[in-house]
Amino acid sequence: MSNNSVTGAVLVAGGGIGGIQAALDLANSGYYVYMVEKSPSIGGVMAQLDKTFPTNDCSMCIMSPKLVEVGRHINIELITLAEIKDVRGGQGSFEVDVFQKARYVDMTKCIACGACAEKCPKKVDDLYNAGLAKRKAIYVPYPQAVPLKYAIDADNCIRFTKGKCGNCEKTCPAGAINYNDKDKNLTLKVGSIILAPGFNTYNPSGKAIYNYDASKDVVTSIEFERYLSASGPNQGHVTRPSDNAHPHKIAWLQCVGSRDINTCGNGYCSSVCCMYAIKQAIIAKEHDPSLECTVFYMDMRTHGKGFESCYNEAKDKHGIKFVRCKVHSLFTQEEKINNQENLDIGSVEDKDAVEGKKSVEDSGEQSAKKSKKESKNKNIKQYQVLNYFDEESGKVVTDLYDIVVLSVGMEISPETKALAEKIGIGLTDSGFIKTSSFDPVATTKDGFYVCGAVQGTKDIPQSVVEAGGAAMRAGTALAAARNTLTKTTPERTEIDIKGERPRVGVFVCHCGSNIASIIDVAAVRDYAATLPYVEYVATNMYSCSQDAQDGIANIVKEKQLNRMIVAACSPRTHEPLFQETLLSAGINKYLFEMVNIRNHGSWVHKDYPLEATQKAKDLVRMAVAKSVQLEPLAEADLNIDQNVVVIGGGISGMTAAKSLADQGYKVNIIEQNTSLGGQAKNLYQTAGRAMIQEGLGNLTSQITSHENITVFTGAEIEDVEGFVGNFKTTISSCCDSSAASKCGCSSLNSDKDGATSGTNSKTIEHGVTIIATGASELKPTEYMYGKDKRIVTGIELDKMFINNDPALTAAKSAVFIQCVGSRELQRPYCSRICCSHSVISALHLKEKNPDMNIFILYRDIRTYGEKELLYKEAREKGIIFIRYDLANKPEVSVGDGKLNIKVIDHVLKMPIVIEADLLTLASAVVPYKDEKLAQFFKVPLNEDGFFVEAHVKLAPSDFATDGVFLCGLAHYPKPIDESIAQAQAAASSALRLLSKKTIKTQGTIAEVNQTICSGCGVCLSVCPYNAPSLRVSNQNEGRPKPHEGKAEINPVLCKGCGACVSSCRSGALKLKGFDDGQLLAMIESAMNF
Amino acid sequence: MSEFEPKIITILCNWCTYGAADLAGVSRFQYPPNIRVIRVPCSGRVSPKMILSAFHNGADGIWISGCHPGDCHYITGNYYARRKFMLLKNFLEYNGIEQGRIHFSWISSAEGVKFAEVARDVVESVRKLGPAKYFIKKELDDNDLCSCLNKSNPDNNLAKNILEEQAA
Repeated sequence: MSNNSVTGAVLVAGGGIGGIQAALDLANSGYYVYMVEKSPSIGGVMAQLDKTFPTNDCSMCIMSPKLVEVGRHINIELITLAEIKDVRGGQGSFEVDVFQKARYVDMTKCIACGACAEKCPKKVDDLYNAGLAKRKAIYVPYPQAVPLKYAIDADNCIRFTKGKCGNCEKTCPAGAINYNDKDKNLTLKVGSIILAPGFNTYNPSGKAIYNYDASKDVVTSIEFERYLSASGPNQGHVTRPSDNAHPHKIAWLQCVGSRDINTCGNGYCSSVCCMYAIKQAIIAKEHDPSLECTVFYMDMRTHGKGFESCYNEAKDKHGIKFVRCKVHSLFTQEEKINNQENLDIGSVEDKDAVEGKKSVEDSGEQSAKKSKKESKNKNIKQYQVLNYFDEESGKVVTDLYDIVVLSVGMEISPETKALAEKIGIGLTDSGFIKTSSFDPVATTKDGFYVCGAVQGTKDIPQSVVEAGGAAMRAGTALAAARNTLTKTTPERTEIDIKGERPRVGVFVCHCGSNIASIIDVAAVRDYAATLPYVEYVATNMYSCSQDAQDGIANIVKEKQLNRMIVAACSPRTHEPLFQETLLSAGINKYLFEMVNIRNHGSWVHKDYPLEATQKAKDLVRMAVAKSVQLEPLAEADLNIDQNVVVIGGGISGMTAAKSLADQGYKVNIIEQNTSLGGQAKNLYQTAGRAMIQEGLGNLTSQITSHENITVFTGAEIEDVEGFVGNFKTTISSCCDSSAASKCGCSSLNSDKDGATSGTNSKTIEHGVTIIATGASELKPTEYMYGKDKRIVTGIELDKMFINNDPALTAAKSAVFIQCVGSRELQRPYCSRICCSHSVISALHLKEKNPDMNIFILYRDIRTYGEKELLYKEAREKGIIFIRYDLANKPEVSVGDGKLNIKVIDHVLKMPIVIEADLLTLASAVVPYKDEKLAQFFKVPLNEDGFFVEAHVKLAPSDFATDGVFLCGLAHYPKPIDESIAQAQAAASSALRLLSKKTIKTQGTIAEVNQTICSGCGVCLSVCPYNAPSLRVSNQNEGRPKPHEGKAEINPVLCKGCGACVSSCRSGALKLKGFDDGQLLAMIESAMNF
Repeated sequence: MSEFEPKIITILCNWCTYGAADLAGVSRFQYPPNIRVIRVPCSGRVSPKMILSAFHNGADGIWISGCHPGDCHYITGNYYARRKFMLLKNFLEYNGIEQGRIHFSWISSAEGVKFAEVARDVVESVRKLGPAKYFIKKELDDNDLCSCLNKSNPDNNLAKNILEEQAA
């Protein structure tokens, strides 16, 4: 297939957070996306989560803007209830057969009012709530679902199973039910395919040791997550499931279905369970501080950014108990409550039981049965009995718990494995899709890319990173066809209404009976007609329907309206739709105001129709008062300079540079050292056993020979000006790559004074910046480092491997000490890579000399994901792991030429002395804490000195400052494959901007009236986006700038939050669309009720 | 209704609490119809003068709600809001506004139940206090104007000043 005939579309299989991110990156950079999702709506597992670690952000809150963006994106086509059947063709030109199940609800007609579900008589286990509640046979998976359209579950629907019923068809006010809907077979033509099918959680059912089938009080972590959630089956109240009593003690059992080859075949670590158990324990404790929470674990694996401090807080601040023990099994103990006790506890329980009943009343039969069972066993209390080995006392302890949470691991579904095998994609031994260290998002088959848990167990940020990487790789393969299949919105001319008297049109929606059954819609309409400036009023049955939209647009034109108000549902879901309608009538979209009389009216005041009608009138009056003050707002275009600067020439920087250069952008790499390569120059092998020098060599030669890449070595940044789209970076460098062969820059730079004579200053103009400045290995100050040449750091050991140092083969005994400089008071974070690195290095030593005695002294072994298999291999090969704790660190001494390491053995609880020929200190990864660079680009550093990303979960490779992106060790310690994925993700984020060539500023942004501004600078200090600045004269112009020293807002950077506006002491700032006058007019007019 | 029905101005941030209010609607959680919602991008947008204006125009209570601290869509907006509101609340309560008229809360967009609960609490606490008494704008009527300019009123400094000015 020649390059000219590639298809500019990508199929994304899976609508979880990974798929969503990949789809958005691609659709925003010129490719058409088909998103194929097997359930009726997108969102995946993240939509089920209550909170996300380590910040305990509300999961739905951070996710729903992304869901809505996908749902509304002109270049993303959602194909729900669908799965891939077969794939034909090759890279650049695939034909994909997709089977789509019938929905039986017409998506163009359904208005998601929920009337059908209310009348549906059939109750079904609600999978969104992990089967803990009931939904109906016609349903949306969850209230914020995208697309927000109902679907009939034909397997359970009475109409389909028994041929009776038909309630939904009768009830549906929009006529959306279609029982004759048919399954479809589609064929999609795409150039690349991204697999993001996600994971299943391990099912502990059938394993008697977990007592999961026998007791309701043993729950999986996903079930517990739903119990914790405010939108879950108990509205966030945690009760003991067997009797709805208030729990006092909860235990989490880690590694259920992970690191386990006895009860299941999952030898790998699931990477996320330690953190989610900590998160759940903290949230449970926040609900009830008297709760006793205990986590039973093998190794605590809190290896991500901010994780270790979250773990420390869980222990120290929240009082959560952590017990190192793999609990063998548990069983139920029933306890009869004697009469006296029954009076005390029973009364409490009764109350709880009543509450419980109330809360589950609408969720169905199962719960009703449950409460029946309860009343029968009223005098019997269930406990879960755990026997565990307590290390401190050295004894087996028996303890009772109210609830036991099984921290279940991740698994790849058999369907996914079958599909992978069918289309010929390689899997790892554990069943994950196989990738390589230097190309972590590419499968073994060309044209197929991968992101998320299907590539290996991982958390949300890592999935989002890989999604960016996969989008980058999928797009690069199709660069020739970019923008060939995407749609664009036609440019429309707007009527200039400036100076016109306001002419307001008010449209009041019935929403079928959703609004009209409670609120007197006609009365609201008639009232609106009496308000000043209102020229036209009307009601609609469904304002959002296509014909109503056309009608509204015609009326706006015909009546020459210049303001529009729709009183209907929520602006959060429908404002863009009506703005579009207004725009189609030639009126600026910011002259629209929406009144929420459904979600905030008829639905929540159903017993107060008069008051709800009055409220609707008041809200309409307030909206009119605001709308007459609205002004048309402009969205200015800003050109994006098409050049790129990447700061840092290590693996991350080079990967990011290559990714963008391959897409045709000119990239400048600024490297402060005299050669490219960064830390990788000293590294031997990845955990995936890829030879790093070989991979690095390939990458470096691709960079230096790339026509679109200029490398500045020995370069330093002197100054940075500008903002997204238009940066100017001045560097001093002795040479660039074009002259590198002729220039002796390395010798010049080694001599600091000499360097200046050879340097020249250069200013680069660029639209985006990628920061990939890396980090370095800590030089230890303990364990006699530097005092004996047998004591080396991890990187020094790798150098010995690279040089094939004979000392390695000669050594009879080697010792590794972990956490050197990490997880200590002064450096509390975990360096993430050292456990895997030491384990694999130990294996290399064993390969060199199978008789070598090797000891790894550790605190927790953190070989997350499939790296766990290396740990297993190491133990099988006789490598001995000895655990120490922070209070009893190993002691290193040299006597008689012997290197001795004393450590307290964790089993014997006795000191042992190991004589070593080689001691490797697994030293921390330390950031450069580059405050100057942070200042230049106005990006933050955290207290450890790593750069702070825009959002820890959903924007791990972006900065809050637009146009600046982040990857590699500068973000947090990570191995090469993760660095490469993040570099590709940063490039993908950059591409979203670059490919647009211009970006539109928002209309609703802040603006300064300089004649009032006092230049105090408060706005500068409150703005998190660096949008305000004080005007400075340009010296070259030779004359003072008007309003010098006064504030101005960069419209490109402003996000329109209004923090500066409400902080301005002079009242010089206004927020367009939400200005003081407009909001005060609403407050003033609100009071006439 | 014979009972006093309070009027409460409610300002909600678009990303969290407005979403919670929407969810309360979708879930049909009922709460009293006494609140009038104004949507703003961020609780950090709310300036003290809006709170004053609400009382000035006759509101019996005011309720402002945003994202949980740390969850702000605009990174830090709700921290500024929290600091500003606490200062203003203390100031207003010092000046006579009763405790229980001014409410702040942090409700995420997943907390529909909490929204309905807080709405009920806010309405009930204001209902108990009865109509607002302070900071209410009064229309000047002719009597006010007359007494203002009444030369014979010994307490009337304004009139005195005007007269002195005229004399000079």
